[in-house]
Amino acid sequence: MQMAESLIAFAWILAKSLLVILPLLGVVAYYTFAERKIIGYIQVRMGPNRVGPQGWLQPIADAAKLAFKEIIIPAGADKLLFIMAPVLSMGAAIAAWAVIPFNDGWVLADVNAGLLYILAMTSLGVYGVIIAGWASNSKYALLGALRSAAQIVAYEIAMGFALVVVLMASGSLNISEIVRAQEGSIFTWFWLPLLPMFAVYVIAGVAETNRAPFDVAEGESEIVAGFHVEYSGMPFSVFFIAEYANMVLICVLSAVMFLGGWLSPFPQLAEFAWLGGAFWSSGFHWFVFKVALFMFMFLWLRATFPRYRYDQIMRLGWKVFIPITIVWIVVVGVAIMAELPPWFDKV
Amino acid sequence: MTAMNKVNQYLKSLLLLELFKGLFLTLRYLFRPKFTIRYPEEKTPQGHRFRGLHALRRYPNGEERCIGCKLCEAVCPAVAITIEAEPRADGTRRTTRYDIDLTKCIFCGFCEESCPVDAIVETRIFEYHGEKRGDLLMTKADLLAVGDRWEEQIAADRQKDASYR
Repeated sequence: MQMAESLIAFAWILAKSLLVILPLLGVVAYYTFAERKIIGYIQVRMGPNRVGPQGWLQPIADAAKLAFKEIIIPAGADKLLFIMAPVLSMGAAIAAWAVIPFNDGWVLADVNAGLLYILAMTSLGVYGVIIAGWASNSKYALLGALRSAAQIVAYEIAMGFALVVVLMASGSLNISEIVRAQEGSIFTWFWLPLLPMFAVYVIAGVAETNRAPFDVAEGESEIVAGFHVEYSGMPFSVFFIAEYANMVLICVLSAVMFLGGWLSPFPQLAEFAWLGGAFWSSGFHWFVFKVALFMFMFLWLRATFPRYRYDQIMRLGWKVFIPITIVWIVVVGVAIMAELPPWFDKV
Repeated sequence: MTAMNKVNQYLKSLLLLELFKGLFLTLRYLFRPKFTIRYPEEKTPQGHRFRGLHALRRYPNGEERCIGCKLCEAVCPAVAITIEAEPRADGTRRTTRYDIDLTKCIFCGFCEESCPVDAIVETRIFEYHGEKRGDLLMTKADLLAVGDRWEEQIAADRQKDASYR
């Protein structure tokens, strides 16, 4: 009896996780398509438009191609670690989604230490990178892994501090509570009182996921593709999916921490039927809009900026972002003590 | 003054002003009409001087124009043309062999320029391929066939260009 109950509970958890993971994989697949399309459009060309109507089957063709490619394990590689590395980064990238609230109550695990859990999971991703670089037994992979690891560690501090300020402002580690603390309108969301933190968080997020203009870890021109240069076929695509899942995660976190997650920017407008009525009430669609905004921004940045030099990246992380965050912790601390309305009067 | 400038500079870099400028520039490009041509469905416009596949022409009475003077063979910078010629029974001089190796040809158009009787010409055809070794070695018969098939277009293009020569 006990056995059957726990089995049912397990199946239920599995089903709920799949409900998050499968759409996530779909989003990742079409995010690569959007990336190629948007960057193409910014470069005044059309991007992929041959596979299926207007190129919409392109990501499926890409996935099928990768799935049927040979998995090559270099002769000098540590086989176990070589295979484990992509699994590690993928696991960390997906596990973090457990505490993301998509709407009021739509969350897999409504844990009270959600923010800490997120920080822990996003930090775990770097192990996949380091292990992949080391296990490949290749100098390019190792150099890429070192760069990538140094960068992720450096920006994690700024990111962590930015989230500390969010934690101070909301007074909770529970992510749903953080969103509820921003209730009101677009002006009570945290992006306004925490504007420098918002900028630091988003930029550090771009650096954290090793995306352009902070993509020295991949630096095609000097170290080919960075830590995953020896990977092919499915293990490569697992790394690829993990990278994009991490990007989407950073977008989601920015939306949740600073733009009020599922909250509507003008909930007062919901009373006017002629303006669309229910459209203006808070809900999942606002969450999607905000995340899409950040996802577009990632591609926009990539299409606009040239790659940073490595020492510039380190300077920005250690000598600009960390001081800014520390100063703003003090500023927000004072604002909370003074119960500055409309943001901090209810804490 | 310099201190003021320094403060200004710090403010500028902290507010990311130049980065936003760049972002808005690329955003404008996002909405521009695209240069891409969807090739098989759309094609770029072609001039009447287009230099594509070669052809040998005939006079309206059916007689081939080429008199076997070998000027094209001599001028060809890629040495792609091979000609053998001898007098025919009626005493006129005609080619017995006229080969163009399209894998050597650089489509410079010198053969066409040098021809005294407008026999060898380059047409507008650029969509052709070979599937076997030797498919791109055009013989006299192949070249004449191309000329017979496209004579109307070839003549019209020469007509358009006549006033510039």
